[in-house]
Amino acid sequence: MRALAAGVFGALFGIGLLASGMLDPAKVIGFLDVAGRWNPQLAFVMGGAIAAAFPAFRIARRRERAMLGDPIRLPDRRGLDGRLVAGAALFGLGWGLAGVCPGPALVLAGFAGPLAWLFLASVVAGLLAARAAGRTPAAKLGPPAARRG
Amino acid sequence: MHPYVQSLLGGLLIGAASAGLLLVNGRIAGISGILSNAAALKAGAWRWTFLGGLFAVGAVAAVAGRGVPPSLAAERPGLLVAAGLLVGVGTHLGSGCTSGHGVCGLSNLSRRSLVATATFMATAAAAVFAVRHAGPALGLAL
Repeated sequence: MRALAAGVFGALFGIGLLASGMLDPAKVIGFLDVAGRWNPQLAFVMGGAIAAAFPAFRIARRRERAMLGDPIRLPDRRGLDGRLVAGAALFGLGWGLAGVCPGPALVLAGFAGPLAWLFLASVVAGLLAARAAGRTPAAKLGPPAARRG
Repeated sequence: MHPYVQSLLGGLLIGAASAGLLLVNGRIAGISGILSNAAALKAGAWRWTFLGGLFAVGAVAAVAGRGVPPSLAAERPGLLVAAGLLVGVGTHLGSGCTSGHGVCGLSNLSRRSLVATATFMATAAAAVFAVRHAGPALGLAL
């Protein structure tokens, strides 16, 4: 049941991405090209998504358990650190270069062929390499590498 | 339909899916985190079905005749590999991407996510500026 529900939400998320224009790198890069011919279209994607998700997060804060009985896992880290900023900065560089972020990469993998697979495989390789590096003895001296989600 | 309206409707669906995963499964729809934990073979079939749902939409779109976006087809493989590695390493270190920080984190009024979103938007815009404007002005093809 949990897996089925998650599959439905994944598909709904994908339909949203498909409808939104996020699967077209030219649109994404047009949105990020603030010094050129800026295309504000994708601001509406984030606006719509937050408008729909915000009430759910309000409700989630008052509840301990989700509808299928599992605990609701909200991130509990609060403080800012260099790791967060450095990671976000690197992610942004990659996103700006390709015009594709992880969600669209998965939907594109379903229909856009070898270039989409290459990008998705590179994202997974980066994720796994960073996970592995986070478990080396040197990294243990730094902030905890455990992640949620 | 006006493209802005289409994007708004797409965004509402993305938000509704995130709301559903949170209230029904108790999970944050942060795609880089879900992908990372699935790739590391962490227990939880829900991750694979969620990712499978995204992939399946693409597969259905292919059957329905949706072609490869020309802007993707024009990208060089080497650049896609470099960008993909940056996205993977960056989202691991930064604990999230456009969905986890940009949609879920901002909806949760998280200060960490606000800082992360502002940072990745800024460096993404900087990357586009370098490729589109600074590079050509210096005679470089990035």
